[in-house]
Amino acid sequence: MKVRFKSNSFVIALSAVVLGLIAGGIFMAMIGSDPFEGFLYLFKGGLMNIERIGNTIATATTLILVGLSVSFAFKTGLFNIGASGQMLIGGLCATLVAHFVNIPRPLYLVVLIAAALVGGAIWGIIPGLLKAKFNVHEVVATIMMNWIAYWSIFYFVPAFLKGPFLETESKSILLEKSLRAAWLNKLFGGSQYINLGIFVAIVAIILIKFILDKTTLGFELKAVGSNRYCAEYAGIRVNRNVIISMMIAGGLAGLAGMVFYTGYASNMQIGVMPSMGFDGIAVALLGASNPIGVFFSGFFFGLLQSGKGFMNAMTDVPPEIADTIIATIIYFTATSVLFKRFWDWVARLLSVKFDKKGGN
Amino acid sequence: MSHVIEMLNIRKEFPGIVANDDITLQVEQGEIHAILGENGAGKSTLMSILFGLYRADRGTIKVRGKEVHIANPNNASALGIGMVHQHFQLVQNFTVTENIILGREGGFILDRRTAAKRIKALSEQYGLSIDPYSIISDITVGMQQRVEILKMLYRDAEILIFDEPTAVLTPQEIDELMQIMRNLVKEGKSIILITHKLDEIKAVADRCTIIRRGKFVDLVDVATTSQAKMAAMMVGRQVNFKVKKKPAEPKEPVLFIKDLNVLNNKKVLGVKDFSLEVRSGEIVGIAGVDGNGQTELVEAITGLRSIASGSVQINGTDITEKDIKERNEIGLGHIPEDRQKRGLVMQFPIRDNMVIKEYYRKPFSKNGLLKEEVIRKHAQDICDAFDVRSGEGIESAAGKLSGGNQQKAIVGREMMLEPNLLIAVQPTRGLDVGAIEYIHKRLVEHRDKGHAVLLVSFELDEIFNLSDRIAVMNSGRLIDTVFTNETNEQDVGLMMTGVKVRGADHESTI
Repeated sequence: MKVRFKSNSFVIALSAVVLGLIAGGIFMAMIGSDPFEGFLYLFKGGLMNIERIGNTIATATTLILVGLSVSFAFKTGLFNIGASGQMLIGGLCATLVAHFVNIPRPLYLVVLIAAALVGGAIWGIIPGLLKAKFNVHEVVATIMMNWIAYWSIFYFVPAFLKGPFLETESKSILLEKSLRAAWLNKLFGGSQYINLGIFVAIVAIILIKFILDKTTLGFELKAVGSNRYCAEYAGIRVNRNVIISMMIAGGLAGLAGMVFYTGYASNMQIGVMPSMGFDGIAVALLGASNPIGVFFSGFFFGLLQSGKGFMNAMTDVPPEIADTIIATIIYFTATSVLFKRFWDWVARLLSVKFDKKGGN
Repeated sequence: MSHVIEMLNIRKEFPGIVANDDITLQVEQGEIHAILGENGAGKSTLMSILFGLYRADRGTIKVRGKEVHIANPNNASALGIGMVHQHFQLVQNFTVTENIILGREGGFILDRRTAAKRIKALSEQYGLSIDPYSIISDITVGMQQRVEILKMLYRDAEILIFDEPTAVLTPQEIDELMQIMRNLVKEGKSIILITHKLDEIKAVADRCTIIRRGKFVDLVDVATTSQAKMAAMMVGRQVNFKVKKKPAEPKEPVLFIKDLNVLNNKKVLGVKDFSLEVRSGEIVGIAGVDGNGQTELVEAITGLRSIASGSVQINGTDITEKDIKERNEIGLGHIPEDRQKRGLVMQFPIRDNMVIKEYYRKPFSKNGLLKEEVIRKHAQDICDAFDVRSGEGIESAAGKLSGGNQQKAIVGREMMLEPNLLIAVQPTRGLDVGAIEYIHKRLVEHRDKGHAVLLVSFELDEIFNLSDRIAVMNSGRLIDTVFTNETNEQDVGLMMTGVKVRGADHESTI
């Protein structure tokens, strides 16, 4: 029997993660800490008990949705660097709904999700339009949109949603208006962060995977992303697809904003650009822009994020080590070609060996 | 005579395909040795192994009798092996000299002058007539190829590999290249020529190794072997060079172009006051040297380029304002000039590429959902009908197919659309005689079904073989339209230079 070992994105991502962790261990050793202890507490911090698992899932939820947003745009050959801005606007729309809409809960949730989707989508569609009509590069446009969102929030929140004590944040939404659910919190041992957002993320992943694999829309988007000249030749409307892609990507980031501001947190702070918008790029990269891959990489980054505080508390390893590990993993993911070569080389060695042993 | 290169019992396997199966190649000192094989027969793989781009799974390589291990192109270069790739590897805005010394600059301070002197000397020695100070983007494709040759000579290559060198050249440039190759051999170099063009082999090669489907077939002496025999050995059966066809029976006009003006990339008119009619049941060939407005004309008809003035009608509908999708739906098929750029999505499997124009239509999708089974079957039908070979069948990424198989896939896709107007630009470029024969037959069949075919080709043989009428283009203008059976290659060749041949104007004024 012949062993057909083929390197795929899963093996490559795993290699990047393992090497990133090893590099993190070396860093810990270099600053004189015990790497095994460090990692023990890093993972304990995220997984030690059911409550902490709940918190990890809550952190991961936002990352998964942003990662999905970035990877979806990437399928169409677009770099969505504007997930932060889309999160802010989506979050703002959700927060407004939470404050001002009083309807029965099931209907309320639908309105909440719709508002966040629309808000994010609008923030995504503008760079899409600029790209399609005037060939403005989406990286530039989305970065600009981030700052427009940032300063809009800076103005909007104190003007309309001012909190009772602080000028710099919006007033908290009522618990029953948030995405948290008592049964879920109880299920996860009293975790204060876990919320219904994880279901939104799972549904989004299934939906996006379905769109990409099974629909004509996904076919068009991928064709445009892979070879826009051929897409154009085939009669696919390239510009229309650019706009749709950015709209959907924006909507997904908008959902991330909703999950973060009305689920994980309960208010919006001004003057803070949500860094998850950029972490999402790493999530998409490690997840190889595949919806399922994004789910796992989002969870993994969520684990590092939520465990680093505990590691810092229990050892003398600074939390920056966790960030360094993330950064190193991104480096290794970016050089995935090397891993592919490495594993292909291993595969070749293996197959030669099997040949010599008389396999066919 | 001694063997300068010996590749013995070479085997190379890729997932799902054995590209080279026990192939032996022995090149003698000072000969032009051709390697003849169909598309995907394994010629390029074999040469990539010799040049150090791939490593063979089995077999030995000897250079001048000594066994060697060639792990990368630098090893090959050190052994005096140089390769002229099909796609040139030149920096467009560098001079000839700068391109040639790239990677061999030597020392900290760039000594262009000494290098240029040596390049000039080499150029004269081998009759290449290249000015070392020209900028690459200013010189013709033929000259760029000679720069590639100079690059190898500058690196003291003794064994030169030419990979399909004539694919990008005009007939005149091909003759010049043949002369250059003879000069190189006269000066003691050895040449390996990869090609599937029999007349070129006949013209310059001494011996020819024929491979078929990854296996060695025969080693023949070119002078004593007929073209038909070589073709038969390559394909594995008898080949007809001339396509059989009945006289055309043109009926109603399908394509009607009137006073068309189109801007080219330099924003000047690439097509000027061009009028032409193609009727159902006929093949009209556009003859002309590459770069005389054919690309712009085709792009204007297919919708890839906007027009400056004039009109284009298909089946009586003015399509000037219609987008590409609408044109496709009216019944336009297009075999594009650049298959890598336009014809295929390289990352997509062949399966998806085969429905890239129809995916949204029944039966391939319903309510926005793709019908995978139907798509798969359609793709399989095309691959079977057009003999598209690939490692993993319709699931292979298009980019993994050899150039010829990519072309067959595109031709198959467009033919399966049964378009009322088929625009075929270089439909057999890069194909071997067996595939050319087949595609020519299908194009004639397409005509006989009552469709119109507009053929654009830079090879006069093909134009004459297929067309019922020939429209000659020069500098964006239509010089004349002539019936194929009332003209000859000399007259058309002359018209391609812009001269209207007298006696031809009594006929076929649309």
